[in-house]
Amino acid sequence: MSSSASGDRPTGRVTGAQAVLMSLEALGVEVVFGYPGGAILPAYDPMLDSSIKHVLVRHEQGAVHMAEGYAHATGRVGVCIVTSGPAATNIVTGLADAHMDSVPLLAITGQVATTAIGSDAFQEADVTGITMPVTKHNELVGTVERIAAALKEAHHIASSGRPGPVLVDIPKDILNATVEWRWPEHMELPGYRPTVRGHGKMVREAVELIGRSQRPVIYAGGGLVRAGAAEELFELATLLEVPVVTTLMARGVFPDTHELFVGMPGMHGHYAAVKAFQETDLLITLGARFDDRVTGDLGSFAPHARVIHVDIDPAEIGKNRVVDVPIVGDAKVVTGQLVRAASDKLDLVKPDTTAWRAHLTELKAEHPLRVEQPETGVIKPQTAIRAIHEVFGDEAVYVAGVGQHQMWAAQHIPYSRPRQWINSGGLGTMGFAVPAAIGAKAGLPDTPVVCIDGDGCFQMTFQEIAAAVQADLPVVFCVVNNGYLGMVRQWQSLFYDDRLSEVALPQDLPDLVKLADAYGIPGFRATTMDELGPVLRKAQEVTGQPVIVDLRVDPDEMVFPMVPAGASNDEVLESAEEWYARARAIDLPGDGVPAE
Amino acid sequence: MIQRHTLSVLVENKPGVLTRIAGMFARRAYNIHSLAVGPTDDPRVSRLTIVVGTEAVQLEQIVKQLNKLVHVLKIVELDPAESVEREMQLVKVTADPDTRSQIIELADVFRAKIVDVDHDSLTIEAAGAPAKLEAMVELLEPFGIREMVRSGTISLARGSRSITDGSKLRMQRVV
Repeated sequence: MSSSASGDRPTGRVTGAQAVLMSLEALGVEVVFGYPGGAILPAYDPMLDSSIKHVLVRHEQGAVHMAEGYAHATGRVGVCIVTSGPAATNIVTGLADAHMDSVPLLAITGQVATTAIGSDAFQEADVTGITMPVTKHNELVGTVERIAAALKEAHHIASSGRPGPVLVDIPKDILNATVEWRWPEHMELPGYRPTVRGHGKMVREAVELIGRSQRPVIYAGGGLVRAGAAEELFELATLLEVPVVTTLMARGVFPDTHELFVGMPGMHGHYAAVKAFQETDLLITLGARFDDRVTGDLGSFAPHARVIHVDIDPAEIGKNRVVDVPIVGDAKVVTGQLVRAASDKLDLVKPDTTAWRAHLTELKAEHPLRVEQPETGVIKPQTAIRAIHEVFGDEAVYVAGVGQHQMWAAQHIPYSRPRQWINSGGLGTMGFAVPAAIGAKAGLPDTPVVCIDGDGCFQMTFQEIAAAVQADLPVVFCVVNNGYLGMVRQWQSLFYDDRLSEVALPQDLPDLVKLADAYGIPGFRATTMDELGPVLRKAQEVTGQPVIVDLRVDPDEMVFPMVPAGASNDEVLESAEEWYARARAIDLPGDGVPAE
Repeated sequence: MIQRHTLSVLVENKPGVLTRIAGMFARRAYNIHSLAVGPTDDPRVSRLTIVVGTEAVQLEQIVKQLNKLVHVLKIVELDPAESVEREMQLVKVTADPDTRSQIIELADVFRAKIVDVDHDSLTIEAAGAPAKLEAMVELLEPFGIREMVRSGTISLARGSRSITDGSKLRMQRVV
């Protein structure tokens, strides 16, 4: 990052619009995702002369999800730029998504001229007002002198502490006004001081608690990925021989293939991981937030566990679960502190986990993920996911949307490194995958990026394939096409007596191979087991352009294990038959729908 | 147990800061009993007094969520026993020549002032702890209250200490 944006740029007086581009350059931004329009027009002119690459999207939601995908994949701040009013409201979903999943994001929106604000002008919307609840911070820029400082502060806030989206709204007259260019040396953020280093006494207490535990488990969350703490996590787990559970947001932060790896917890987690939480006597929680999809019924979650909770956001500590040892700090720094504190007196604090680990290994062996795949004919969706991984391998980055395909992709691919798995966790944004994968590819041009999407999700944002073609971002789009909104259908099957309401999406509508053709890219389809491997290999051989793979899979397949919403993690189901039997046995009132 | 808590919140004097705070309370379903905002001796800093009715666990969340707002500088909970709490009230009461003197007498008892007089009404200005104002209103009610307005609570800790002192509030710079 350079502290001044000189080069061949004009120094001296510049327009606000030039100042925006120069600020982004000074911040080291290499690519922005955006869509031009009235109020932001002034910023699109200096873009022609800037070193910053612009990816032209087809809908502003695409821009914000691409910026998210870029940030997920690289760890750097993703930047999107759109105009006022409807463009700004179109990015709200992505901002909310980034807010929930702590994605570092800088959104720049044009605004109507200062003099028109409040007059219901053309394409005016109160964007700072609308986005206040779904951003970490936002600002309506009031003067042209403020542009550089606002962007520098926004970038800093987005990427430090608990990362998140920050929006900077800039009126058109301010973009057109001129200013003496100056890149600010300092930022004035007197109310913003994230705690990075964990309290020494708490770290010592945590290590002592680990030493006294018999069945400890590391509850590894997305915060470890954000903090770049995979190495420290590996050291901690292997040093103390503590089993590791990785949440949906943390898949890959600890290698699945390691003997200490237990699985993913939660509603569709691996059986052994769900059980590990229910049986553990110490949860070593690192950058995770006791989300309801992990805990199920909070009252019966991890009933025997004392809790160490490390989080950079103090508000997460004690929010859902009472904590024995709270440590506010950066997951990388604090995990490193824990490693050092433990190393100093290893013989005293290393718990004997031999029996506990053996027990979990046994649970894993006794309760594997079930896939009943006939050798020929229909493709089970789980098989499709496994085949995708077999073909594209460990070097690829996998990006998923939301629903059954997401859960299968989280369960069945053995992740081996952080940022290898990208998805919309907290907000559950259908339509995330296509643009997020394109953004990831923009950040990782030399890494294969495979979008694993559902047919419902895909149709929410597939117009961005045009952006991928135009910007030369060759993503492999695999659609796990079961002709249904699969997860909704699954709930209707289980909890609404199989009364399927508005969940059918005909597999041929649209024809995805013809769609590929319409975009001028290769498209393939596999409908039977004998076609699956060859089709995926053909897709892998495509170079230099995106490709669409239509994988027709068994629509009747459901995601298991499953903890019904609001139920206790003790009630993890491994099959639909188990649920039906249980529902009959206890004669659930009404439709048997558990309370959300 | 739900109890009233008084929070003194120092914030940067920036546009929209009140909306950020009010919005945070609304979206997280926290209850505000009263809210008062005004300048401090430092023009860059405003001071809010927020009275909330909440349980201890939720109070901790409220304070933590407030602290996450970039423009919030400092939050102190003021113990009612260790602080001076005041609200201000204006009450317009029906007053004919027969009742006028009784009302003025009543106002005197509460150390309230008569700030406006008309043929058939009196306007009383009173300041004090919330309980005192409530008691006064109760006694004025039989005369006929035409309208009234009451401010939010403002509060300062007793003694010489100040929450705006010290290094914590320095409007320092972050590089």
